Amino acid sequence: MIRSKSTRIGDWIIAFVCFLLILICLLPMLNIVARSLSSSEAIIRNEVLLWPKGLNLTSYRFVLGDSTYTWSLIWTAILTVICTFVSMFMTIICAYPLTYDRLIGRRFFNTLIILTMYFNAGTIPHYLLLKDLGMLGKPVALIIPNCLSVFNMIIMRSYFYGIPESLRESAEIDGAGPIRILVSIYLPLSKPVIATLSLFYAVGRWNGFSDALMYMGNNRKYYPIQLLLYNIIKSITSIDVATQEGFTTPGLSDTIQAATVVFATVPILLVYPWLQKYFIAGATLGAVKE
Amino acid sequence: MKTAVLKSSLRNRKRIINYLKKHWTLYLLLILPIAFFVVFRYIPMTYILIAFKKYSIIKSVWEMPWADNHGFEYFIKAFSNRDFLYALRNTVMLNLLDLLVGFPAPIILALLLNELPFKRFKRITQTVAYMPHFLSWIIIYGMALHLLAPTSGLINIVLNRLGFDSVPFLNSPTHWVWTYVLLGVWQSVGWNTIIYLAALTSIDPQLYEAAAVDGAGRFRMIWHITLPGLRPTIVTLLILNLGRILSSEFDRPYALGNPLVKSVSNVIATFVYTNGIRGLQFSLTTAVGLFQSVVCVIFLFAADSLAKRFGERGIW
Repeated sequence: MIRSKSTRIGDWIIAFVCFLLILICLLPMLNIVARSLSSSEAIIRNEVLLWPKGLNLTSYRFVLGDSTYTWSLIWTAILTVICTFVSMFMTIICAYPLTYDRLIGRRFFNTLIILTMYFNAGTIPHYLLLKDLGMLGKPVALIIPNCLSVFNMIIMRSYFYGIPESLRESAEIDGAGPIRILVSIYLPLSKPVIATLSLFYAVGRWNGFSDALMYMGNNRKYYPIQLLLYNIIKSITSIDVATQEGFTTPGLSDTIQAATVVFATVPILLVYPWLQKYFIAGATLGAVKE
Repeated sequence: MKTAVLKSSLRNRKRIINYLKKHWTLYLLLILPIAFFVVFRYIPMTYILIAFKKYSIIKSVWEMPWADNHGFEYFIKAFSNRDFLYALRNTVMLNLLDLLVGFPAPIILALLLNELPFKRFKRITQTVAYMPHFLSWIIIYGMALHLLAPTSGLINIVLNRLGFDSVPFLNSPTHWVWTYVLLGVWQSVGWNTIIYLAALTSIDPQLYEAAAVDGAGRFRMIWHITLPGLRPTIVTLLILNLGRILSSEFDRPYALGNPLVKSVSNVIATFVYTNGIRGLQFSLTTAVGLFQSVVCVIFLFAADSLAKRFGERGIW
């Protein structure tokens, strides 16, 4: 197609807008990285914009030397791995049987599951249940209560539906049982969706903090990184409010806070580019109506 | 006659037994997930009764005495509680603003991306724009603080250098509301384009070619081809969002809020947390939660039937 001159100018305007958008997305991140690498004096003098001033690693050394913070990073990593495995296991064993059209009681199971998407009991009933089960303050409260997402299960199920039934039938003729078919046919064919949903679950766990806030009480040892980060940021913010009223000056605390944010973000930015091609497929799959 | 019925039902039962023999392992697989849903999703529903009862720490749900006013004491209390009424207003206000600003944003971005002729640049834009979706609200708050703080935030430093006064983005209620909404757009706009971009791929390219032959420019093509192509997706998502007008996030207002803006940042979810789990008023907050859940379901059904009246597919 021949493009007229005005169309070409339009193209460049659109490209420019997109470029601005990229900047808007990246600026906050650049800013915080610059601050984490700057000297506290430069920060106090409000000199740091997007490039570090007085480059040094003091704040990183400080954060890595803080055993509470490093333990929380390690614990959250362990927790994320456990949660992802448990959630994927549950999602698969829930979605797979429901793809059998002739499964007796399938409608009942489906309704039972889907209903929970539209009506939930609310925060307090969930909290009181965990209290009665004796789970409050225990790490298991961060793993089990939200280990299965109906939304992700539906994505998994519609992916399974896309696998030709003839494959299953021929395996059945060869005498394979349902579990054997799942393990040797369905799972190997479902790698993209497994990667996507694992990413969703892992990011959800890494970023989650409200369940820890509500269920972990004062058991600080098992606070995931986001909750710890919240406490760090909020405690420094209250100092910031104090400085407005002229009490102390922030300085080192600012660079340290920036460094803690950077540390909590890095793991996500590391896995993100590798999994991108999978999650786009997954995100559109979620839009497919059942 | 009788024997025939008997025979067929016998055959039926035989078939069922045969099926169960072959497929019993499917039920084995379902045990754990179904147990999960029963224990962690349905049993909590019995605790809803607490909304109608006087909570007591030593008694079970069934043994607790009924609340006054035929059990509706706590609903009456909620609606005469000033904090709750503020939370209700804030929930609706923030959700409406989110809808007003946050809903068109990904549509516009998707149209822009769709018009972008440089394929490689398009992919880079998408990669960068999706990224904020993967950041937690705590991290975003940390970044926002360094960007928007009154004296030391990047934007205010720049404003000061240019000779303007500082803007209290996070510390004055009116500014906070817009910061809240715009940070929401920042976090989700890229991710929300995915669904529109997927819908765009299903538009027949021949339509564009025919329009070009007829001399249609860029805007006419967007207006007459692209937007109508997106209509079903837009309507479905609009219904879903309208249905969620009274639902409230917890992470976002809780992370972004601070004591200075409490009057606008307190929503139903944070009200339930501070008065329930922190304040131990379990009956009151269960009542609030129940009110919210019921209204959400009603809104969802209403929005769905509305969409069907407009000739769209609806959401189920």
